[in-house]
Amino acid sequence: MTHGDLDDLYQQVILDHGKNPRNFRVLEDANRAAEGLNPLCGDHFNLFLKVDDGGVIRDISFQGQGCAISRASASLMTQAVKGKPVAEAAQLFDKVHALVTEGPEKVDPADLGKLAVLSGVCQFPTRVKCASLAWHTLKSALEGRATVSTE
Amino acid sequence: MRAAEQMTAGRPALDVDRVRAEFPILSRPVRGKRLVFLDTAASAQAPRAVIDAVRRYREEQHANVHRGVHYLSEVATAEYEAARVKIARFLNAPSAHEVIFTHGTTEALNLAANTLGKLLVGPGDEVLVSAMEHHSNIVPWHMLCAEKGAKLVVAPMDDRGALLLDELERRISPRTKVIAVAHVSNALGTVNPVAEIAALGRARGVPVVVDGAQAVAHAAVDVQALGCDFYAFSGHKVYGPTGIGALWGRAEWLDRIPPWQGGGDMILSVAWDQIVYNKPPFKFEAGTPNMDGAIGLGAALDWVAGVGRERVAAHEADLLAYGTERLSSLPGVRIVGTAPRKAGVLSFVMDDVHPHDIGTILDREGIAIRTGHHCAQPVMKRFGIPATARASFGVYNGRDDVDALVAGIEKVRALFA
Repeated sequence: MTHGDLDDLYQQVILDHGKNPRNFRVLEDANRAAEGLNPLCGDHFNLFLKVDDGGVIRDISFQGQGCAISRASASLMTQAVKGKPVAEAAQLFDKVHALVTEGPEKVDPADLGKLAVLSGVCQFPTRVKCASLAWHTLKSALEGRATVSTE
Repeated sequence: MRAAEQMTAGRPALDVDRVRAEFPILSRPVRGKRLVFLDTAASAQAPRAVIDAVRRYREEQHANVHRGVHYLSEVATAEYEAARVKIARFLNAPSAHEVIFTHGTTEALNLAANTLGKLLVGPGDEVLVSAMEHHSNIVPWHMLCAEKGAKLVVAPMDDRGALLLDELERRISPRTKVIAVAHVSNALGTVNPVAEIAALGRARGVPVVVDGAQAVAHAAVDVQALGCDFYAFSGHKVYGPTGIGALWGRAEWLDRIPPWQGGGDMILSVAWDQIVYNKPPFKFEAGTPNMDGAIGLGAALDWVAGVGRERVAAHEADLLAYGTERLSSLPGVRIVGTAPRKAGVLSFVMDDVHPHDIGTILDREGIAIRTGHHCAQPVMKRFGIPATARASFGVYNGRDDVDALVAGIEKVRALFA
């Protein structure tokens, strides 16, 4: 059995966030937004942000459709960056990107908090794009681009 | 195998174990399990006969075709042209000179759009396609229409994924210049009434181009009986190599339509002020062709003929019926594409589980399926879903593969419960 690998990918937190994503709504007073697409699997998210004058992410939400991994990653991301300065969110992007593409040994788990549950993704090359879609969308929203595609 | 006990057309039904033994790749374990290969609609595996034919060609016969006066060039040319004859026979085409080698179905359809399409379609004209086309039978026509100021018109299907023939007929107007349809839908498995569509086209003088990529491996194809004007298919969907396919076209069209790509072999003479093009099919084959592919494809068609296409069709019909019955009985599983006439494909979705997650979990069980939109995004949109999981059958699949799929789906359900 190689079920250990599957359990690494589909950890309980991932399944929970995949099934019941947090901050899954439209943010009416958003001042930043971006659309993320993964044409390969049809994942499609809209991300909404409210960034204050001091550059702090006051609120964040998302809507759309995707697999368990992409939904969970998006949900966890909204929790992780809410209340954080934009610069810190960008740093977190780099860490998560390293985590899912290169593996957990490349990142200090203390920097990741709950996001460490994404550590199993690197064993599944075909699923890296699922886990990183929301993060690329966040990056483009913060950089003022409207649409990002991970294919 | 219960199927093995049945009789088909006077011959014993297909012996899956014997067929499997001819496919070297099927004996390798995947993720520590028996490989359950249910992705033949994306690309079929090749039997030993095909692999050997390509190797033999390389080891004993290769040189450039149609060019040399030396021994090997003669041998290679004979082998290459013999493959063309095999394709003509496989499609029951009247002449091998109506068979154009291409890279595959995609290039064949692009060839049709860029030659037939350019000859016939002008501003305000229409190209009619079905709602279940693969992107490769949409995009070339869309590009043509954009260039010519023409319109792409779509014939709808019903909720089962069956083409609405009367709606298609209603959409044939005096401006319709080409009708392009899939013989079998890659996303839904629907078998389209190509003969009826061809008859509609013929009655109005409108050529009918058929995308046969998903049809050739599953049932006998007779282009004369179908009555269509062009028929495209890929070698790797019919147990041959990748990078090779063919477009069959009626001689009267091939004589009329302009060449497409320019280069060597497609000309008779070149001077600075005048070029004389070669005859069909060579007029459409610029440059050194894919000889390895053509010879491998010829071997694949011989192999399929040896197994017997009626036997293959009966075997796969049994598998599809069995798979449909098993999957229909699973709670939370819904089959997408339930047209009365289907071949080879079982597309499905599960409540609360995305197809991509299904694919990953099945993969860990050694089960290969396709997940996604299957290069048929308009089909996904029509059914209001982003993607499906698709199990597709080949000659080497048995009921045990369906059972493995069902067990895998139950694992998916358990994980997401």
